[in-house]
Amino acid sequence: MNLHMPVPDIDARTLAIVNELKGLEGPLLPILHEIQAEFGYVPEDCLPVIARELNLSRAEVHGVVTFYHDYRRHPAGRHVLKLCQAEACQSMGSDAVAAKVKALLGIDFHETTEDGAVTLEPVYCLGLCSTAPAAMLDGEVHGRLDDDAIADLVAEARR
Amino acid sequence: MTVTIFVPRDAAALAVGADRVAKAIETEIAARGLDARIVRNGSRGMLWLEPLVEVRTDHGRIAYGPVRPADVASLFDAGFLEGGAHPLCHGPTHDIPYYASQTRLTFSRCGVTDPLSIEDYRHYQGLTGLTKAISMTPAEIVSQVTDSGLRGRGGAGFPTGIKWKTVMDAAGPQKYIVCNADEGDSATFADRMIMEGDPFVLIEGMAIAGIATGATKGYVYIRSEYPHAIKTMDEAIRIARQNGMLGPSVLGSAYAFDMEVRSGAGAYVCGEETSLLNSLEGKRGIVRAKPPLPALQGFLGRPTVVNNVMSLASVPVILDRGPEFYRDFGMGRSRGTIPIQIAGNVKYGGLYEVAFGLTLGEIVEKIGGGTASGRPVKAVQVGGPLGAYFPVSMFDTPFDYEAFAARDGLIGHAGITVFDDTVDMLKQARFAMEFCAIESCGKCTPCRIGSTRGVETADKIARGIEPEKNKVLLADLCNTMKFGSLCALGGFTPYPVMSAMTHFPEDFSPAPVVEAAE
Repeated sequence: MNLHMPVPDIDARTLAIVNELKGLEGPLLPILHEIQAEFGYVPEDCLPVIARELNLSRAEVHGVVTFYHDYRRHPAGRHVLKLCQAEACQSMGSDAVAAKVKALLGIDFHETTEDGAVTLEPVYCLGLCSTAPAAMLDGEVHGRLDDDAIADLVAEARR
Repeated sequence: MTVTIFVPRDAAALAVGADRVAKAIETEIAARGLDARIVRNGSRGMLWLEPLVEVRTDHGRIAYGPVRPADVASLFDAGFLEGGAHPLCHGPTHDIPYYASQTRLTFSRCGVTDPLSIEDYRHYQGLTGLTKAISMTPAEIVSQVTDSGLRGRGGAGFPTGIKWKTVMDAAGPQKYIVCNADEGDSATFADRMIMEGDPFVLIEGMAIAGIATGATKGYVYIRSEYPHAIKTMDEAIRIARQNGMLGPSVLGSAYAFDMEVRSGAGAYVCGEETSLLNSLEGKRGIVRAKPPLPALQGFLGRPTVVNNVMSLASVPVILDRGPEFYRDFGMGRSRGTIPIQIAGNVKYGGLYEVAFGLTLGEIVEKIGGGTASGRPVKAVQVGGPLGAYFPVSMFDTPFDYEAFAARDGLIGHAGITVFDDTVDMLKQARFAMEFCAIESCGKCTPCRIGSTRGVETADKIARGIEPEKNKVLLADLCNTMKFGSLCALGGFTPYPVMSAMTHFPEDFSPAPVVEAAE
C-alpha cells in the first residue's frame, strides 16, 4: 500500500469513486467506505472533492467522517488487530487478553507499533460471544483465545 | 455414491478453525482417493461444539465436534464417512438434546442447508410463505402478521403488524423496507447467524413486507463488524435476483421488490432506528426526535418499515403455516418463539430457539450447563449492554417481555451473558457508563454528559471517596438519564447500573475509607 500518494492522485481517485457511487440513495457512507478501502484511511484532501460533488458543505462531510469509529484520519499499520472488549468477552477474561497483547506488542489501544506493522484497537462486540474471548485481524475472526492463540495472533500480526 | 460432509462457514465456526478443518478434510479425501464432497453450511448454533462437522449417512446426519485439524485423519480412520464411532462423535445431530429440545421455526434451515443454494432453500419449504403472500391482498398479509402476535425482536417489542399497517395506509410514491442488522449488543449473534446461515429467509421476509406495505425498495443495514454476513447477504441477493425472487416481478407476480446491503461504520447508536435512518441517508448517526414516526416519515422522509432481522426472518413461516400456528407458542403477550443467545462464561454457549416462557434459571443452568469456568454463577446480564444484571435469586423470572419489565429488566434482543463469581459488579456498572459515553451520539445532554459523570462517580465509589453520598448521586444520575434521554442508549444504560447496585450491594461497599484530597 502506498501511503504517500501525491495529492492529484487522491483528487482523481476520489472523483472516480464519487462518480461511481453518487447515484445511490444516501451515497456518503458507501463513498467513504470505498475511499478508506482505496487509501487505507480518509485523507483530508478527499473532503472538498466529496463536498463539491454531493453538494454538501465541507463541515457536513467532516461531521460524518468524524462521527463514525470506522473512518481513520491517518493511515493505520499494515495490520489492524481488534480485540473484543464487550461484556461476553469480559466474562471470559478479555481484560487479561488485552493486557497480554499490549505487553507483547508494546503498545496501547489506538496505537501503532513503531515498525508500522500493527495497529491495536478495541471493538465492542464481534458477535462471537459464545466462543469468547474474540478478536479480529484484518477481517479474519479468532475465538477462544488462550495463551497459545494470543502468541500466534501477535506473531501473525507482526509479519 | 458421493458422501456429503458439512463444515460450517458461520463466523463463530471460522473463528475456531473451521476453514483449517475443511482444508484438512479436503486433503484427506484426495489422499485416500475417496468419493466425498464438502458443503459449507451455516451453524447449528451449538457453538461449544464448533467446528461441528457432520456427515450425511443412511441414518441421518452424524455430528462430530469440536474438530481440530489434527483430529481429521483419525476421523477418517474411524470410518466417519459411514458415521463411525469416535470420541468426538455425538450421534445423529437431530438427537443431540440441546438441538432436539428446541422449537426451530425461524432457524429451521440454519445449519441444515447450503446458505447460498436456492435449491436447498426450496427443498426445505423456502418460498412457500412468499408464494402464499402473493396470492393475498396486502391487508390480508398485514392481518396475518398482526394475528400471529409477532413483536419487534430488536428489543422494543412493538407489534410488527401494527407498524406494517401504518406504512400500508401511508400515502407516498416511494416506500421502503429497512432491515436493522446493526446487531451491536454483546451476547447477541442471532442476526449474524441467520444472515450467514440462511440469508434467503431474510430476503423472503423483506419481499413479503414490501408486498404488504407497497414498498418496492429495501435496505439491509449491516454493521461493519460483520464482514462475513455482509458478503453472504450480498451474494444471496444477487442469486435471489437471478432466480426471480427479487426484481420487477417477484416470483412472476405483478409486485416489484429489490434490495441492497449497506454497511454501517462502527457506531453502536445506529442500532436505534432513527439514528440508523440518518446513517443510511449519509448523515451523522444522530437520533431523531419522534414524532414523526419512521413509518410515516422514515428514510428520505418517506414511509418506511424499520424491522429487526429476526422479525423479518420470522414472517415467512407465519405466512406459510398461518398466524395461529405461530401464536400458539409462547406465553402472555409474548407469542411465538425467540432465539435465545447464551453467551459469555457458560458451558454450552449457543443459540437456542424456543417458545417464550422458560425461566432464566432453566436457560442458564439446564440448557447452558452453568459456567464454563466451573465456578458458581454470580450474575447474568440479559439484553446486551443496556440490559439488567440478574442475580441467581431471580432465576425464576420467565423469559417474557412483560415479566422482565416487571423486574426492572428487559429481554432486548434475547442475548444472555453469564458471569461467574469473580466478576466485580461495580466494574460492570462503570463499564455500562463508559460504553454509553463512547457510543453516545451527543444529541441529548443526559446521555452525553451523564454517562461521563457516571464513570467519574463510579470511580469515586471504587476509591472509597464518600461512597454513600456518591451511590445516591449515581442513582439520581440514572434517574435523570432514564427519564431525560431521547433514546434507549441513555435511557437504558441505567438498567445495568441500577441492577448492579441493587442486587450486588456488597460490590459497592466502601473500600477502607481514604481521606479525600479536598
